[in-house]
Amino acid sequence: MNQHIVSAYDSEIKSLQKKVVEMGGIAEKMLSDVLEAIEKRDVNLAQQIILIDARLDGLQREIDEQAIHTIARRQPMAVDLREIFVVSQIAGDIERVGDLVKNIGKRIIAMEGHFPPKTLLSGLRNMNLLALGQFKAVLDAYIQKDVSAAMNVWSNDGGIDRLYNSLFRELLTYMMEDPRNITFCTHLLFSAKNIERVGDHATNIAERIYYVVTGGMLTVSRPRGEDGADMAAVETNT
Amino acid sequence: MNVLSQTEFSGPTMGIGMADGESAVTARGVDVYYGDKHAIKNLSVDIPAKAVTAFIGPSGCGKSTFLRCVNRMNDTIPICRVTGDIKLDGRDIYDPTLDVVQLRAQVGMVFQKPNPFPKSIFDNVAYGPKIHGLTSNKTELAELVEKSLRRASLWEEVKDRLDASGTGLSGGQQQRLCIARAIAVSPDVILMDEPCSALDPIATAKIEELIDELRQNYTIIIVTHSMQQAARVSQKTAFFHLGTLVEEGPTKTIFTNPHDKRTQDYITGRFG
Repeated sequence: MNQHIVSAYDSEIKSLQKKVVEMGGIAEKMLSDVLEAIEKRDVNLAQQIILIDARLDGLQREIDEQAIHTIARRQPMAVDLREIFVVSQIAGDIERVGDLVKNIGKRIIAMEGHFPPKTLLSGLRNMNLLALGQFKAVLDAYIQKDVSAAMNVWSNDGGIDRLYNSLFRELLTYMMEDPRNITFCTHLLFSAKNIERVGDHATNIAERIYYVVTGGMLTVSRPRGEDGADMAAVETNT
Repeated sequence: MNVLSQTEFSGPTMGIGMADGESAVTARGVDVYYGDKHAIKNLSVDIPAKAVTAFIGPSGCGKSTFLRCVNRMNDTIPICRVTGDIKLDGRDIYDPTLDVVQLRAQVGMVFQKPNPFPKSIFDNVAYGPKIHGLTSNKTELAELVEKSLRRASLWEEVKDRLDASGTGLSGGQQQRLCIARAIAVSPDVILMDEPCSALDPIATAKIEELIDELRQNYTIIIVTHSMQQAARVSQKTAFFHLGTLVEEGPTKTIFTNPHDKRTQDYITGRFG
């Protein structure tokens, strides 16, 4: 892409992109920290995750303000218009990812003293790693403006959904086994649901990358885990 | 975000279909030379009827030159030579038997700088109908003048001073007077060569509003250096560069997702 005749325009767009990538980095760290916090039963780390989320909210506000100013000043067209519009949308996605992870942090604190046995965490761990991989990959695809990498992320989301569905069934079994398990199982289930939704946001970002680069919108429906008891497709109010 | 609704994701596809209407003007293989200078190279384009088509491109790209071919204004430049085929409603406008005066009534033109005649407001509009003998008596003429001024959204502002000089109006009013003058002879096509570049934003907005109304009845081609204006007023946009038509298409597509890199560079303000 050639540079703009007005170089300040280039730096405005670059600054927006830099901020959204910074947001991505923070959310990525939160996502990997939250796994550590739950596995090590580290309530302090969970507390830090909750605190750092405010930084994401602040950055998102900055991005939206700056995007509005750039639109007002430059009347962006074509690829610039798409870029600025999408930067703001991606910032929204990452901010939501932050909220979802923060919510897991809160659940870790709530579980203090009644943590689930470590053997029960493997499903959540796998989901977290998969979501983290998806999230990292989609951020890289954004930085590189790599549509095929973005499409890989898009078509891999079904994996997280499948894990979620099997974890859902596993946790149900534990709850039926012993009602005392219900509290932590519920926390785990909501946490898993949150991670499943992190995956959805990664998919959103992939679709936005597709739009920035090609100017077209994906019109095919997203890949889903499996038919039948598809718990990933059931909305919850976390 | 509701996951269920995402599964039914089917975003709107980009681009709009052009109005199904026919083409008012069709150009095929048009070349224009000013002496040795090859100003337009093998240009072919269809101008949809009763719609606004915007020509954009850097200075010297040939957009005004082509505009001036459509009513044969280039005939007045001795060194200018036009070859190729331009048809208005199916009729070759370079046909030697064609009456150029008649053509220019059929294809009106509005220029960058408002150029009312140094006559009264009434006479500015009445002039065309008079020389073309479009009305048979004074009442009819007065009606036609009123109708034209109304269509140009100027009537309310000038109805009490039709005898005042057209040159005494504000720039924006003068431009609308020129549009009324063009409309008075019932053209099919109105050519506008940067009609707002000498006007303030409010006068510009009024002209743009007017253009939007006029397209119900007229085919409009507008040359503009304001990309935003092209995006606002037109349904079709054609991008010219170095005498060639680089890209044409629905305005929505050109300004959100142009296909040619040169179009992209131009409309986003990049070095070509």
